[in-house]
Amino acid sequence: MLLIHCPYCEEDRSELEFRWAGEAHIARPENISAISDEEFAEYFFLRNNEKGLTYERWRHIHGCGRFFNAARDTVSDRFLMTYKAGMPKQMLPETGASEETVETYEATEGDAR
Amino acid sequence: MSTSSNSGTFRIKGAGRLTPARTARFTFDGKSYTALEGDTVASALLAHGVHLLGRSFKYHRPRGILSAGPEEPNALIDVSRDAARRQPNVRATVQEVFDGAKIASQNRWPSLKFDVGAINNLFSPFFAAGFYYKTFMWPREAWVKIYEPFIRRAAGLGVAPTEEDPDHYANRYAHCDVLVAGAGVAGLTAALSAAATGQSVFLVDEQPEVGGALHYDTATTIDGQNGYDWAQATAARLKAMPNVTVLTRTTVFGYYNHGFLGLVERVTDHVAKPGKDLPRERLWQVRAKKVVLATGSIERHMVFANNDRPGIMLASAARTFLNHHGVAVGRQVGIYTAHDSAYETAFDLKRAGVSIAAIVDCRADPGEALLAEARGLGISVLSGHSVTDTGGRLRISSMTVARNGGGDARKIAVDALIVSAGWTPSVHLFSQSRGKLRFDDVNQRFLPNIYAQDCVSVGGCNGTDDLAELIDEAIAAGGGSFALSGENRFEWTGGMIGAAEGAGPDTTVKAFVDFQHDVTAKDIRLAVREGMHSIEHIKRFTTNGMASDQGKLSNMHGLAIAAEMLDRPIPQVGLTTFRAPYTPVTYGTLVGHSRGELFDPARKTPMHALEAGEGAEFEDVGNWKRAWYYPKRGEDMLAAVNRECRTVREVAGVFNGSTLGKIEVVGPDAAQFLNLIYTNAWGSLKPGKSRYGIMTREDGFVYDDGVVGRLAEDRFHVTTTTGGAPRVLHHMEDYLQTEFPHLRVWLTSTTEQWAVIAVQGPKAREIIQPFVEGVDISNEAFPHMSVAECSVMGVPARLFRVSFTGELGYEINVPADYGPAVWKAIWERAEPMGACLYGTETMHVLRAEKGYIIVGQDTDGTVTPYDAGLGWAVSSKKPDFVGIRGLKRPDLVREGRKQLVGLLTKDPALVLEEGGQIVADPNQAKPMTMLGHVTSAYWSENCGRSIALALVAGGRARIGETLYVPLKDRTIEVEVTDMVFFDKDGGRIHG
Repeated sequence: MLLIHCPYCEEDRSELEFRWAGEAHIARPENISAISDEEFAEYFFLRNNEKGLTYERWRHIHGCGRFFNAARDTVSDRFLMTYKAGMPKQMLPETGASEETVETYEATEGDAR
Repeated sequence: MSTSSNSGTFRIKGAGRLTPARTARFTFDGKSYTALEGDTVASALLAHGVHLLGRSFKYHRPRGILSAGPEEPNALIDVSRDAARRQPNVRATVQEVFDGAKIASQNRWPSLKFDVGAINNLFSPFFAAGFYYKTFMWPREAWVKIYEPFIRRAAGLGVAPTEEDPDHYANRYAHCDVLVAGAGVAGLTAALSAAATGQSVFLVDEQPEVGGALHYDTATTIDGQNGYDWAQATAARLKAMPNVTVLTRTTVFGYYNHGFLGLVERVTDHVAKPGKDLPRERLWQVRAKKVVLATGSIERHMVFANNDRPGIMLASAARTFLNHHGVAVGRQVGIYTAHDSAYETAFDLKRAGVSIAAIVDCRADPGEALLAEARGLGISVLSGHSVTDTGGRLRISSMTVARNGGGDARKIAVDALIVSAGWTPSVHLFSQSRGKLRFDDVNQRFLPNIYAQDCVSVGGCNGTDDLAELIDEAIAAGGGSFALSGENRFEWTGGMIGAAEGAGPDTTVKAFVDFQHDVTAKDIRLAVREGMHSIEHIKRFTTNGMASDQGKLSNMHGLAIAAEMLDRPIPQVGLTTFRAPYTPVTYGTLVGHSRGELFDPARKTPMHALEAGEGAEFEDVGNWKRAWYYPKRGEDMLAAVNRECRTVREVAGVFNGSTLGKIEVVGPDAAQFLNLIYTNAWGSLKPGKSRYGIMTREDGFVYDDGVVGRLAEDRFHVTTTTGGAPRVLHHMEDYLQTEFPHLRVWLTSTTEQWAVIAVQGPKAREIIQPFVEGVDISNEAFPHMSVAECSVMGVPARLFRVSFTGELGYEINVPADYGPAVWKAIWERAEPMGACLYGTETMHVLRAEKGYIIVGQDTDGTVTPYDAGLGWAVSSKKPDFVGIRGLKRPDLVREGRKQLVGLLTKDPALVLEEGGQIVADPNQAKPMTMLGHVTSAYWSENCGRSIALALVAGGRARIGETLYVPLKDRTIEVEVTDMVFFDKDGGRIHG
């Protein structure tokens, strides 16, 4: 179970109090009714789903109720930081070490195929 | 039934730590035995010379006790106190004996000594790895009817209990600075070190007492004391410290994210008469800032022909039974080893008076110190030799020994064979924490390498073999600094992984790798020959390591055999992932108190008791209990619903609408916000009026609906569907906080603050009239879709004139606590006037008669407001709302989309099935072209016939067409109609 720092409550709280809310920093287009089908697809349907550093939204739904942003490494599940909604994307260096797979299945996956 | 009054003829006087005077009686397969307090089932049976404990999974081979701990793959037993308190698949090496325990062997019929299933052993050539993938392919039907039931009966473990578990299970949460998993030398030292710095410490060990390897390793001294005594004294010291919690009989079974650990504490499984107030087991969920893993290592068996006979066991196990339980595992014991540790077992046994047949060491040059000690004790050592076979039926009777590389084999009589292939570090928890391992080529083992969490491994699980080094490492891990001396007699070296001499690739012998799943070295080689090149595939093909012991003994051997076949280094073949739980955890522990009524909370409305008093049957809607219908004496559900439907339209009905989701939307920009959230336009709605609103998601599909009343310029009373309330609020909050944060709006859930009493029907006004104060509710002053704040029976209320039945109707909202009183008064007035109470079923029928949709029943997440016939609710004037762009997507505006229409069966008595598929031509070839499906279907007493709603491709253009609903045994003919079946001009609602 994750331990998540709510930037509004300024406390580490258990994942039980939160709800994940999808990729962060996807702003709803100002002129949404005028955008093309491709632009709409990009905005509404397409997500990066990256391995490693990812920016996502969480809501402290059973706490203060606020939505906020988080930078998390999806390999180690380590939160690099959380910050308030509306703040610009916090640029962070890619995390490398935790992604190294030395002896697990992934290392031999190509071979096995 | 024979009984024996002593604690076993293999008990050695003066050996072990148990007290001879403290006995406990138990039965094994009906026969009574005496044990000593502190015995496990395994040690107690061994004390009586019982080695045969079960039959193997696939071949039903006789099996005994292999280990003395949780890694045990063989000795699985059924333990019971009574018929309900029974648990199968318990490891005999872990279960402590208690007075009155009933133990039974498993997977045998008719008896353990004569087992019919053992015939599988003769047919074993047909049961090779992957046999069921190949053998039982055809015919398909036979798999379900013959093969699978047969295999399930023949291959198996214990039988699950059928009665409800009468025990209860507890659950606790805890936080600490440092959690230490394992209380051997390393764990105790680390805990001592951490505790000394003032940190809060949890020290957890799965055994009844701390000590770990000190249970058997009597040659170790710590701080000048006998190691085991030092361990107990240290635990006592730690327990006395206020910042330390010591948990024994407790397993850290899972290491999850961010220092979160799952522990199971076995509270009463060792107690003869547990107090009723005690839980059987307790789940601990601990958040630790730092974790010290001191989980030690697990000894491996040797892989050679017929290495599974009862009487063959690990060296550390035999030494534990001798030095802790005072039990000799045989009288004429052979040793087969690739590691020094087995020598010390031989020495201890010899000193205790047990005859040692020989130490067979597959290594050419064992350590000189060990050889000297063996010589001194008169034990013959055959180095450079191997055990190539064993004899005996229900117990080992001989070992066949030959010089490595060929030579004359000779048979040596033994009644037990001690084996050791060396030690596998227990990296399970480290791997669960997502740490990455490295392969230690020299010692042929995986060790912790890259840590993913704030965690440190010390001692055996970190590959630290030297005792002094181990102690220093543990002190450093705890963060303290002090000196502690430790000494042991011999340095241990050696070890091997993979098949031993005589069980190599050119042989066909049965050399078991995984005892619990009956996987042999040959099976793993077969998997490689069949094309499995990754250990993940080999594991699944052979099931190696997939039993409940999760391959604690077998994984490394299996990996080495596969690597040899593939001619690749071990790290390149891969290691399967370690998963929680470390050892099996009962469902009871995980469920805890969450069973029966506490399994899922029930939400009850304020009027629940009154409804029950009127005889309501309830249905579950989400977690809500809603009155479904109110049967009178002799009425079935249909009769009750028909009566309720008729009465509402002829007189009136009273309905509990309290579960309706309610959100208070307040603020200067409230109307602007609703304009963005709903498809409708809200600016034109005047205070005192309400409107039916549709909410779409950004993709244009219907998300929720409900009536919204405007109480003031800046205050709206929003209602949502019963099931939709939480997600609608979440959806609104999402937009308000992140997309429209400039709007000054506040959202509050008020679902449970208001009790809602709906009164519907021609006499509705007459019924409520006398209770309402502060508002003129005449038709002229308070027409359909009016809302007012007023008082009802002197209680502050919000009164809606609104209808989900098509009748004149009101919904009275009063503060929840007043709900029952208002409900009671209204019903007392309504009943003599001929009105009825009605439930959700009648509500559904009445709304369907009017063609009112239910979101989630008549829509399914792919339906637009236009598809649902609600295009009028989508404002064409607004510049923006959630869904405005999605609704313009090409697929959402194309011709021929499924649209909601009415269906009338040609035979008015037939009621369609909801979900029934609709086709244009019932005689077309299969698979037929489906046009849509039935979403709602009821018998309508008011229409005197069945009615239905359906989603049909191009539906509105098909009105008047005949379509078909093909069922298994017949085809129902239907006519497409509009959605309103009753009071088509809608006059009644304005009555």
